[in-house]
Amino acid sequence: MEPRTDLTQHREQHPHPRVDVSTIQGWGADLDRRNRPAVPMERMPQRLDVSGRPPAQQIQRMEVLVSPERPHITPLFGTGAPPRGLSGVLRRLAFKTTENDIRHWLLLLLADRVNMVEGIGQDLARGHVPNMLSEMGIKAEWEHNRAGLVKKAAVATAVAGVAYYLLSRRNNRR
Amino acid sequence: MLAMNYRGPYRIRADQKPDPVIEHPHDAIIRVTRSCICGSDLHLYHGLVPDTRVGTTFGHEFTGVVEEIGPGVQNLKVGDHVLVPFNIFCGSCFFCERELYGNCHNTNPEASAVGAIYGYSHTAGGYEGGQAEFVRVPMADIGPTVIPADIHGDDAVLLTDALPTGYQAAEMGDIQEGDTVVVFGAGPVGIFAAKSAWLMGAGRVIVVDHIDYRLEFVKNYAQCEIVNFKDVTDMALHIKKMTDWLGADVCIDAVGCEASGSAMQTLTGRYMMVQAGAATALHWAINSVRKGGNVSIVGVYGPTFNAVPIGNALNKGLTLRMNQASVKRHLPRLIEHIQAGRIDPKAIITHRVPLEEVADAYHIFSSKLDNCIKTILIPPSARDMRTVTGSTLH
Repeated sequence: MEPRTDLTQHREQHPHPRVDVSTIQGWGADLDRRNRPAVPMERMPQRLDVSGRPPAQQIQRMEVLVSPERPHITPLFGTGAPPRGLSGVLRRLAFKTTENDIRHWLLLLLADRVNMVEGIGQDLARGHVPNMLSEMGIKAEWEHNRAGLVKKAAVATAVAGVAYYLLSRRNNRR
Repeated sequence: MLAMNYRGPYRIRADQKPDPVIEHPHDAIIRVTRSCICGSDLHLYHGLVPDTRVGTTFGHEFTGVVEEIGPGVQNLKVGDHVLVPFNIFCGSCFFCERELYGNCHNTNPEASAVGAIYGYSHTAGGYEGGQAEFVRVPMADIGPTVIPADIHGDDAVLLTDALPTGYQAAEMGDIQEGDTVVVFGAGPVGIFAAKSAWLMGAGRVIVVDHIDYRLEFVKNYAQCEIVNFKDVTDMALHIKKMTDWLGADVCIDAVGCEASGSAMQTLTGRYMMVQAGAATALHWAINSVRKGGNVSIVGVYGPTFNAVPIGNALNKGLTLRMNQASVKRHLPRLIEHIQAGRIDPKAIITHRVPLEEVADAYHIFSSKLDNCIKTILIPPSARDMRTVTGSTLH
């Protein structure tokens, strides 16, 4: 089949546009680019009344890690979960490298995994045994994907059983 | 107060945490009335975003009532019912002056490439999020918008991120009258991008996903064509067949780093994490758009790098545009669209869950159970509240 014939047939079979746009609520309301609030992408002056003076410096009462790609801490910052423990050491190490350096991000991901283990330790130290199944939403899984949950439990049991069998056989040989 | 508490990948719970306090003269404390779980919260939940610390609270889509204001706040008063854009921005820096509120340079000390976002890891500033009873809102004169009396609370909470992001996705596609627009992803942002494409005069809108119930929803909600990528052998080839072998005029990536559809991308991006997530949707977008076409990216990716066919983008002469949504900039127009009945955001809400059941809510959303599209979390204090000063809670 020659390409031209193919195209002609295709266009006949599939008129363009496919739908009657008059049936679409609001069609073309923002066809005029002047109605599009982000055109142009960078727009000065601002149309909204959000301009103001630079914010005053927030008082720092906790450790905040600052990107080496900034000259100093920003006027505003979040105050959640300051760096602590071994994960904190890793995070401080990560912030000795720039955002441009892949090691920065890999160290932060490693710190996140260490932090997860630290979190379990913190729970236990407070006398709280975390209910991990509940934290992972097992109630919803039971309500909405019971067959899937049973299947996962069966697979996990089978894997654990095989592992136990192999380990006990190796111990018996010794 | 009760708040969502992150304990590690796939593990969260509702816990008691200290109430937030005013830390800056321009802060406000907001009593949360609604907060959503966003698709991008799942990247945190799955442990993919670097510097996501145990003990933090997620949530960047929320509305609430002003409980307390700092001495520098002039435009808000206690009792105002506000929607809070997910960006934390100063309004005065080099980028805010240009209406790039998602790129504010004064609010995130921990990264220079990322603006500040509520409850979105320390990479986005280390701010606590709104999946809680109370939240600290910096620059309260700048970000929050008082909810107009005729805007439903469920519509208002979707104006904080999902709707503006979908709208900006379409806008960055620079859609011309009659254009064919392909949206990858039928989640809330993809649904709103499809709807917005019509507002901008598209001639044809095609949405691609692999979850049938979401495709069925978007087909009815946005009157678009749908493609389940599991039913096609090659996505780019399929789009070309659908578009006179030229490709779409505009392709939108509304998926981001947890895309399905490519074993190699999934293995390297999601399981091995040797790239910043699976860039399958972006790969398809670049290869499915016509030469000289536009690719718009609002799907979230990590800060390292991704394997995408940038050489094809060059050879095809594509325009790639992307950004975090500049929410505040879009609000006046989007409120007009809602008031005029052109768009009904709240129609995408499928689940309304007490904050106490946040772990189950995340699991349902993450695993796409129970035909979930959009989940709203309701804190206990909001469930008891029917009216507040100057604003009725719908």
